[in-house]
Amino acid sequence: MIKTTLTTTVPAALIALALASAASAEIRIGASVSATGPAAFLGDPEAKTLEMLVEDLNAKGGINGEEIALVLYDDGGDANKARTFATRLIEDDEVQAIIGGTTTGTSMSILSVAEDAEIPFISLAGAIDIIDPVKPYTFKTPHTDRMACQKIFEDMQKRDIAKIGMISGTDGFGASMQAQCKEVVGDYGIEIVADETYDPKDADMTAQLTKIKNAEGVQAVLNPGFGQGPSIVTRNYKQLAIDLPLYQSHGVASDGFIELAGPEAAEGVRLPGTALLVAELLPEGDAQKPVVTAYKAAFEEKTKTPVGTFGGYAHDAFLILTDAIIRAGSTEPGAIRDAIEATKGLAGTTGIYSFTPENHLGLDLSAFRMLEIKGGDWTLVE
Amino acid sequence: MSEFLQFLFSGVTVGAVYALVALGFTIIYNASDVVNFAQGEFVMLGGMITWFAHAAGLPLPLAALIAIVATAALGVAINKLAIEPARGAPVVSLIIITIGASVFLQGAAQLVFDKQIHSFPAFSGDTPLRIGGATIQPQSLWVIGGALLVFAGLWLFFTRTLLGRAVLATSNNRLAAQLVGINTNFVMTLSFALSAGIGALAGVLATPITLTAYNVGIGFALKGFAGAMLGGMGNPKGALAGGFLIGLIEALTAGYLSSTYKEAAAFVVILLVLFFMPQGLFGRKSTERV
Repeated sequence: MIKTTLTTTVPAALIALALASAASAEIRIGASVSATGPAAFLGDPEAKTLEMLVEDLNAKGGINGEEIALVLYDDGGDANKARTFATRLIEDDEVQAIIGGTTTGTSMSILSVAEDAEIPFISLAGAIDIIDPVKPYTFKTPHTDRMACQKIFEDMQKRDIAKIGMISGTDGFGASMQAQCKEVVGDYGIEIVADETYDPKDADMTAQLTKIKNAEGVQAVLNPGFGQGPSIVTRNYKQLAIDLPLYQSHGVASDGFIELAGPEAAEGVRLPGTALLVAELLPEGDAQKPVVTAYKAAFEEKTKTPVGTFGGYAHDAFLILTDAIIRAGSTEPGAIRDAIEATKGLAGTTGIYSFTPENHLGLDLSAFRMLEIKGGDWTLVE
Repeated sequence: MSEFLQFLFSGVTVGAVYALVALGFTIIYNASDVVNFAQGEFVMLGGMITWFAHAAGLPLPLAALIAIVATAALGVAINKLAIEPARGAPVVSLIIITIGASVFLQGAAQLVFDKQIHSFPAFSGDTPLRIGGATIQPQSLWVIGGALLVFAGLWLFFTRTLLGRAVLATSNNRLAAQLVGINTNFVMTLSFALSAGIGALAGVLATPITLTAYNVGIGFALKGFAGAMLGGMGNPKGALAGGFLIGLIEALTAGYLSSTYKEAAAFVVILLVLFFMPQGLFGRKSTERV
C-alpha cells in the first residue's frame, strides 16, 4: 500500500537540490510545504524562502565549511502526501531535520513520522495542538491565535475597556480565533456582551454591527477574520458612525487592508502584527530590526513580491535549525534536538525565540506589536 | 425604529445584488431551460475587469463599459464554443457544461489578473446618507436602481417586443419556434450576451460595496440562484422579488435573531416556499402533457 502511494506521488514531487550535489553534502535538511493547492499562498513564499536561504548560506561557505543540501517536497496541502514525504525524507533522503507542514493538517502528519524516527521537526502552522502537549522532537515557529487574543485584551485592559462586542468570520481562521479569544477573555476581566458572526462572502455587516452597537455597555469591538470580511466590517463601522475603538486581528496585517477598507474608515483601527510588517518603523536597537530588514530586502529583491508573515515562519525555522546545528557542533539528530531546545533569545522575523523542555513554541506576547492605523499608514502603539 | 430601518437598508443593499444575479439567470433559463452556473463568474468578471482597466489608468465609466462589453463577448463565446456544439444534449448535461465554464473562467481570472482582493471607488462618494436615524451608502442606491432598471428593461423586452417573445417561444418549443421562422441560434447567442452583460453590470455596481476577487463568483451564483428559485425560475418579477426577499430575510434574521442562523433562515424559507408552491412565488403553473 505504502509502495503504491510512493510510486504515484513521485512524479508529482518537486525535488529541488541545493547547489551542492547530494553526495558531498553532510548536512541534509528536509522540507515538505504546500507550494501548490489551497494553501499555496502560504506555502509558496515558504518554499521560496527556504531555497533562498540555503543558497545564501552555501554561497557564504555553509555551516562550519559544510554545505547544506535541501530536499524540498510540495505536498499540495494534502496530509496523506505530507506523511509519505516525511517517511521518504527520513528513509530515502536520510535528512537530519525536517522543516514544514504549512497547514496544521500536514504538520500533524509529519510530526507523527518525525517523532517515531526521532528526527527534529519544526512546523510552520498555527494550531496550538502541534506543541501542546509538548512532543520531544516537534517545535513550531508561528505564534498562535490565542496569543493574538491575549495581546489585544492586554491593550484593551490598558485603555480601561471592560465590555466588548465580537463580530467574527465563520471561516476557519475567524472561528478558531473566536473560540480562543472566548477562552482567555476572562483572564483580563473583560466581558463579551455581544457575539455576532458573518459569512466570509457576506457583502454587508451593518445588521450585526447595529446589534453590537445597541448592546448594553459595549466599549469596544473585536473582529477576528481574514480576507474581504474585515474590510467590509471596517467600512460598515464607519458608515454606522460607531464611536468605539475597533480591533482587527493579525489576519489583516497587510497594506492591502488599509487600501480595501479605505484610509478614512480604517483610521484608528488597532491590530496585532509581527515586526516583519513594520520593519521600517522599528526603533534602532530593536533586537529584531536587523533580521527583519535583511530578510525583507533579500526576499523582495529575489522574488519581486512583498514579503509576508508566512515566508517569515520558514525563515525563522531555518534560522533556529542552523543556529542549533552550529551550537551542537554535530549533525546527529538527537544533538540537534537538544540544541534547539536550548535556544535562548534568538531574534527571528516573527519574534524572539527561547525554547525550554516545557515550551516548544518559544515565543511570548512580545512577538506581536500593537499597531494602529493613522493617516492611512501603520504606527506602533507602544 | 431606526434599528429596523437599518436592518431594512442592510437587506435591500445585498438583496439588490442577489436580484441582479437572479435576473441574469432568468434570461438564459427563458431561452433554453438551462440554469447557467457561470452567472456568478460574469459578476466576478464585471468587477475584476473594471478594477484592472481602472488601475491601468482608464476613467471609471470607460473601464466599466469595457468590462460589460468584454464579459458579454465572453458570454457569446461560451455559447458558441461550449453550449452550441452540445445542442440536443439533455438539459442536465448543458448545466454541467456551464459549471465547467464557471471553473474555467475562475482559473483564467486567477492567471490573467491575480489572487488578491480588489475594489474601486464608489460612484458618488463614501459619505453615508442618514435617513430616520439609519444610514445607507450612496453606492447601495446605485445597486438598487440598477436592479430596478434591469428588471423594467427585461419586463418590457419579454412582454412587449417581438424578439423577447421569440426568446420565450424558443424556450417553450425549439422546433416549433424554428418552424415559425425564429432563428433559435441567434436567440441563444443574444441571451448569453444579455445575461453576461447584466452579470457584469451587477459586478460593476456591487464591487465598491462587496469587493471583488477571482473566487467571489460561486457565492453570488448560489445566492442569485436561490433568489431566482424563490421567486420562480424564468420570471423577471420573481427574480427581483426573490433576490430582495433573501437579502431581507438574512438581514432581519441577523438583526433580530442571531447571525448564526442567517444563512439557514434564507434556505429554510426557500424550502418552505418550494414545498408548498413548487413553481416559486411568481412562477407560471405548467403542465406536462404525456
